[in-house]
Amino acid sequence: MSNAVPPSGSPDKEPATETPAARTALGTTGSAEPATTPGSPEPPRRPSLGQAFLENLWAANTFTVTLLSLFLAMVVGAVLMIVSDPEVVATYSYFTARPGDALQASWALVSDAYANMFRGAVFDPGAVGFQAAMSPISETLTYTAPLVFTGLSVALAFRGGLFNIGAQGQATMGVILAALAGFLLPLPPGLHLAVAVLAGALGGAIWGFIPGILKARTGAHEVINTIMLNYIAMYFLTWLIVQNGVQDPNRTDAISRPVDASAQLPRLFGDTLRAHSGIILAVLATWAVAWLLNRSTLGFELRAVGANPDAARTAGISVTRTYVLIMVFAGVLAGLGGSTMVLGSTATALTPLIVAQIGFDGILVALLGRVKPWGVALAALLFGALQAGGNRMQSYAGISLELGTVLQALIVIFIAAPALVKAIFQLRAARAARLQTSLAKGW
Amino acid sequence: MEPGEIHALLGENGAGKSTLMNVLYGLYHPDEGEILVDGRPLKLKGPSDAIAAGIGMVHQHFMLVPVFTVTENIMLGAEQVRGGIAGFLDRRRARREVTEVSERYNLRVDPDAIIEDLPVGIQQRVEIVKALTRDVDLLILDEPTAVLTPQETEELLTVMRALKAAGKSIVFITHKLGEVKAIADRITVIRRGRTVGTASPEASRDELAALMVGRSVRLTVEKQPANPGRPVLEVAGLVVDDDRQVRAVDGVDLTVHAGEVLGIAGVQGNGQTELIEAIMGLRPLLAGTVTLDGQQVDGWSTKKVLRAGVGYVPEDRSVDGVVKEFSVAENLVLDLYDRPPFGRGLALRLDEITKSARERIAQFDVRTSSAEAPVGTLSGGNQQKVIVARELSRPLKLFIAAQPTRGVDVGSIEFIHSRVIHERDIGTAVLVVSSELDEVLALADRIAVMYRGRIIGIVGPDTSREAIGLLMAGITPGTATEDGTATDGGTTAEVPGSEDEA
Repeated sequence: MSNAVPPSGSPDKEPATETPAARTALGTTGSAEPATTPGSPEPPRRPSLGQAFLENLWAANTFTVTLLSLFLAMVVGAVLMIVSDPEVVATYSYFTARPGDALQASWALVSDAYANMFRGAVFDPGAVGFQAAMSPISETLTYTAPLVFTGLSVALAFRGGLFNIGAQGQATMGVILAALAGFLLPLPPGLHLAVAVLAGALGGAIWGFIPGILKARTGAHEVINTIMLNYIAMYFLTWLIVQNGVQDPNRTDAISRPVDASAQLPRLFGDTLRAHSGIILAVLATWAVAWLLNRSTLGFELRAVGANPDAARTAGISVTRTYVLIMVFAGVLAGLGGSTMVLGSTATALTPLIVAQIGFDGILVALLGRVKPWGVALAALLFGALQAGGNRMQSYAGISLELGTVLQALIVIFIAAPALVKAIFQLRAARAARLQTSLAKGW
Repeated sequence: MEPGEIHALLGENGAGKSTLMNVLYGLYHPDEGEILVDGRPLKLKGPSDAIAAGIGMVHQHFMLVPVFTVTENIMLGAEQVRGGIAGFLDRRRARREVTEVSERYNLRVDPDAIIEDLPVGIQQRVEIVKALTRDVDLLILDEPTAVLTPQETEELLTVMRALKAAGKSIVFITHKLGEVKAIADRITVIRRGRTVGTASPEASRDELAALMVGRSVRLTVEKQPANPGRPVLEVAGLVVDDDRQVRAVDGVDLTVHAGEVLGIAGVQGNGQTELIEAIMGLRPLLAGTVTLDGQQVDGWSTKKVLRAGVGYVPEDRSVDGVVKEFSVAENLVLDLYDRPPFGRGLALRLDEITKSARERIAQFDVRTSSAEAPVGTLSGGNQQKVIVARELSRPLKLFIAAQPTRGVDVGSIEFIHSRVIHERDIGTAVLVVSSELDEVLALADRIAVMYRGRIIGIVGPDTSREAIGLLMAGITPGTATEDGTATDGGTTAEVPGSEDEA
């Protein structure tokens, strides 16, 4: 009874009817946007990905649905841009008299916005010189690195049957310990960096261990505990910053001493570009998590516990021990993500908002990447690109930064509802049912 | 199908019975061919078309909402509404309808009971009532007895006879031969997606089994007398609670010797499950000891018990036995993944796992498309073979099999039984728990009967079915009237449900 026919979607067609220009505008930028993925050198693709890509391109598979979700989100985003611009809206008041005006204005606005987003995230054709040409990529990678870690953190826990909402708190503890190690310990270069990064991992591990052991010993639900620990970590950070020895002695506002240069992650493309070696750590972490999940005995236990804890227990796997381990590993990853925030180029000192939203964005990245390590890396890259592009879109095209966030939200919504995307594009039903279940699990 | 006929559809697991019926019910669409109802071809777009055409189905796994009442479940999908556009549910009318239908066909259900509080047999009855309230003429029952106790099976057969008398037709899907012979008017046997024959209920069991499997099947297990050796498993004074903290095992003493099969007979729910789980370290002991080969193992972790040379086939295959999302190969190493040659240090050796899986699949005749196929895609019998293959692929001192052939087709039963006896013959101590008396009788060299958490008697394999039946009902030879409660289990011994399978 459950496999009823998918609802013959009556998706809102406003985008198409209201702004045909916007739609065509998107046609071009929309097709340019996916170039983000192959355009950047970062996450090396698995050999099987290419084959799988060709095989399933036209079925309603993960990749196609993701791509089309991206496209749909951009269409809706275009509508929002037009609606929120008073000048363009004004041209619609005499739409019947001179439709050309309205269409032209809409087209100009939307194409300019998305073109700037592309220039900010991937490549700026007008750029002169190596530095300027690499700048968009550098920005994208800077935003990508922490999201890879937090995304992996959530994804790993998810595969083990746990829903780690606590990546935010784990990252916060990671930031704190990494920064403290960064400006309190007088260590030689190299060693200092390693110690600071590991301190960040340790902070996350502790913050992951607590909900893990509570879950294992008392059955306390990890969702509630991780959310609560997020608050504790956040306010601990706020308190800590203004303590003696931590606060910057030359400042009166809430900011800590800066991290020593010897503990900072080296930059990749010279000092003027922000990309730092955190992204290399992120790729290594992705590889390590992929290996752990698929090639190790620990990953076997983890996946068995995640898929069927009863059978795992009957087969002699200690479910409680595995729960603790999963949360510790998840914490380590999120903590590393936090380290890259303060040891990289985003900031050099602790501030109350230094962690931004990387933990919560990590949940989206994990779901977008279908809780598979390399998928997470690609999803983080997309989110990084949207942020970098959003910045440029704001300064050059006058579109608010929040729209980039709205786009992210729209993409996730469309991806979370594959049936909707399938209905809109009349895709051949492939294995979309599995997409849904993969997301529904863990609750 | 004729009106007022019970038509049995027999076939092994994976033969295509359920698929055929899902087509009839409109869940799947036929690639070719057509369905005729009253001589007219029928195009089914979904279950609602099938219901409109008078076809109802009771699935093997019930489609009920556990937290709803009986009435609410029955009205689900055909809600009675009053109050015009406001659309209030007319529970009273629905309730009346439920009562009326259940009285008309003598299907006693309490319309206000919550589904999750009801035993499986009653839940099934609710499904039948649900189908009947939709005014169906043809009722499809997909393996209705697989989840029922012998008493419940007998009650179901009575209900089916009543429905038949009321002029309803029934398609009865099963692979239990005894039930078919007891109730069917006509039998169609399906094998690998084809009709291979029709038979009358007068045909002998062996004939039917041969038709199903496509070759002749031995329904009795051939074995030599046992040579019991040293005691391998010794259980003394074991006391265990169940999940609700109710005493389930109350002072059990057992000994299993090398090279013998000890069968534990008993009506389901008399502590067998808890006894086995306690031995395996899956459930805490409140008192008593478990000794394996002279070594006290109670308090050990499950992993340690398994490593000490115990093989364990759990009772509930889909919950405890396999990870359905995992491949056949992964399930074949579910409790060996970290031992050489499959695991080396932290790393899994996928090549070794695949290689070993291919061997096991061939050796245990697991029908799967590949070693990489998820186990959930296999039929029940083949899933069970995966578990048996996994547990028997290492040297064992003790092999514990709980309900080893529940929901398994005849061909696989024969195979699994022969493996159990083979294991006995190479000197392993074997403990078989089954609620199918015939299975215990066929396999065991000694039979322990469990009743209310105690071993009420240990008898030889030549004991008559009736004598064991009395023991299962809690009546020991000396004390025929032990306590008043013996009557509820008293029917157990004679029910036909326990005569199948073997």
